Amino acid sequence: MSPRTTLAVARRVLTQVRRDHRTLAMLLVLPTLLMTLLWWMYQDAGPQFDRLGPALLAIFPFIVMFLVTSVTTLRERSSGTLERLLAMPMGRLDFLLGYAVAFGVVAAAQSAIAVGVSVGLLRLELTGSVWLLAVVAVVDAVLGTALGLFVSAFAQTEFQAVQFMPAVVVPQILLCGLLVPRDDMPDVLGAVSDVLPLSYAVDAMSHLGASASTGQVWRDLAVVAGFALAGLALGAATLRRRTA
Amino acid sequence: MMNSTIEVRGLTVVRGGRPVLTDLDLDVGPGVTGLLGPSGCGKSTLLRALVGVQRVAGGTVTVLGEEAGSAPLRDRVGYVTQAASVYDDLTVAENLRFFARVLGVDADAVERAIDAVDLAGHRDAVAGRLSGGQRSRVSLAVALLGAPDLLVLDEPTVGLDPVLRRDLWELFHGIAAGGATVLVSSHVMDEAERCDRLLLMREGRVLADDTPDAIKQRAGTTDVETAFLALVEAAA
Repeated sequence: MSPRTTLAVARRVLTQVRRDHRTLAMLLVLPTLLMTLLWWMYQDAGPQFDRLGPALLAIFPFIVMFLVTSVTTLRERSSGTLERLLAMPMGRLDFLLGYAVAFGVVAAAQSAIAVGVSVGLLRLELTGSVWLLAVVAVVDAVLGTALGLFVSAFAQTEFQAVQFMPAVVVPQILLCGLLVPRDDMPDVLGAVSDVLPLSYAVDAMSHLGASASTGQVWRDLAVVAGFALAGLALGAATLRRRTA
Repeated sequence: MMNSTIEVRGLTVVRGGRPVLTDLDLDVGPGVTGLLGPSGCGKSTLLRALVGVQRVAGGTVTVLGEEAGSAPLRDRVGYVTQAASVYDDLTVAENLRFFARVLGVDADAVERAIDAVDLAGHRDAVAGRLSGGQRSRVSLAVALLGAPDLLVLDEPTVGLDPVLRRDLWELFHGIAAGGATVLVSSHVMDEAERCDRLLLMREGRVLADDTPDAIKQRAGTTDVETAFLALVEAAA
């Protein structure tokens, strides 16, 4: 592993994102707009926004980074630049960590805006720490990046890569406890929910919304970070220097 | 040969269930060597095996005394694929700066590489907006960054105008004059005359391995294309 090549990749990815104005605007603004829509929906429906808001702040960065990463790394595989990099002094983990760092930075900006607007303008009621909420959002984004990197190995086209979103992301959203509390699900689904990373991310966020204690949040955060690291390790295993 | 840069012994590559290279033996020394043969004869597969990105079914490939693709070679071998492997959304200079950081070479190397491929006038142009020939020169410039001891180029002159092609061949000879080994593939036989040595390839086999003059002399012809045909007929 080399910090030099990791940072080189991260800088390059950020330069590419900056160059693509439309993508950059969507990355930064879209989650905030969706939070605003949610706030508007629940205008006359009581405290629902306070219940759902934190969970969605966990889900948005996860979805967005999953999509962006799976498509960009697929592009890197098909354009030949990945092969070129792997023929250079570039560790596979350096490559993946570079992506994780770059999209982590984007996620931090994205979450800062979404959390800032939600708490500052939309009056989202949080009992726990705003800072911790932002940290969880960033770790969720890194989780999305890690899973996106991993699944891009199984897609040959950008079409296929996008299809992984309903396959990998939607079940996690359905089972994360947002629609039906996890304890009220059939046992089998509850058990499945227990091994899906997004469940822990949403738990951490909901906890921050309702309570000022942080022990549970750190534990959930550690689980999400563990999944992200495992995703990166699996992703590294799919990068092969030699191909048929 | 004692001072071979590349030693290939018994190389066999199977792609999609079909043998592309079978039990190939080959030595390449310093200078500019042309790898010539028709499209689909296994040139690119051989080059990929030399760089160490091709999965091989058997045999050994030794480059600069090390196993092809091994870690000590990764900053000593420059490789240019047929399709330009650059980032289309970055400028010429940004592409080169990125690869320079990966290779750990300084900013001067970036400027030298841009000048070497004659793209100084386009250094701040986004690679995706350049012409095909310009993009492939950006890709070539990336391979020049680390001043490699072995430069492997897969059809680098396709689609370039004659003046530029001549300039690039001069560049290849300049690099070889510094002691490096340059291996250039082409399916255009008229590029053969520009090489110090030729490898003529057909259907995964090397038909001839000699200087252009020796190959023509042995076949009793005045150009390499006719010599190639004579060799194919002799082998049949």
